[in-house]
Amino acid sequence: MGPPAMTHSTMTFRRYLVLAAVTLTSAFGDSFLSRGMKGLGPVSLDHPAELIHAVFQPWVAAGIVLLIGFFASYMASLSWADLTFVLPASSLGYVIMTLLARFWLREHVSPLRWLGIVFITAGVGFVTRGPSWTDHRPAVDAGEAAVAREEVRL
Amino acid sequence: MIIGHLTDAALATIGMIGAVVITATAGDILTASAMRQVGDLDRIREKSGLLGAIRAVLTNGRFGLGVVCLALSFFSLLYAFSHRDLSLIGPAATSLTFVTNALAAKFFLHENVDRRRWMAAICVCVGVALVAF
Repeated sequence: MGPPAMTHSTMTFRRYLVLAAVTLTSAFGDSFLSRGMKGLGPVSLDHPAELIHAVFQPWVAAGIVLLIGFFASYMASLSWADLTFVLPASSLGYVIMTLLARFWLREHVSPLRWLGIVFITAGVGFVTRGPSWTDHRPAVDAGEAAVAREEVRL
Repeated sequence: MIIGHLTDAALATIGMIGAVVITATAGDILTASAMRQVGDLDRIREKSGLLGAIRAVLTNGRFGLGVVCLALSFFSLLYAFSHRDLSLIGPAATSLTFVTNALAAKFFLHENVDRRRWMAAICVCVGVALVAF
């Protein structure tokens, strides 16, 4: 087995903005999709073509545009951060999505669901305080390895 | 029968969430793996411009497979949204995907999923249980 992979931070202010874009486009995109699909009513598995038809509904189309923006920013973030960092880092989307569901879509959100949202956000928010990237290249010298270890410890 | 009806509804909900989670996890792992192969997009864009960065991503085979899985996940999600509340399907499917992604990222992408990330996964599991049930 090779040496253990090191983790370190690759984040800058601009990259946090990209993560914010991941969060917002995801939350609003999903909410728009839900708004559009509610308008269509239940879709039967016997008529899968209805799903294709749904793509051309305005709310669904707007949701898809936002989700394309989400996908572009998500791909960019995965090129400089771990998957297990990017997903938690965009956790605020859960809160935004629930607020949209409650106050825009008028869905009922029970106290237990609110508590669940708090747990999810706390858990995934916690991880963002750690390093963002696992470097699979071997450290070139002892100094670099020591810096990497220190970043893991912090 | 009311109890039987509720059980069927619960099973259908689990099935819908499960379909979204499995396809989303496969898609996320494949695309994350593709982006590791491609490299830092900021650097590629500095060297080859935006079109060069887009080309680098789109010509990666693993990325294509990932997109197919994510498309399947998307249509599963559309189907689920038309039958269940956004505030149930959205957080439950996405959060469970976080947990399965953490496991898959450790074993397939060899990411350093340390204690901090595992603790976060446990918090998310509890949160998902509260949100879904």
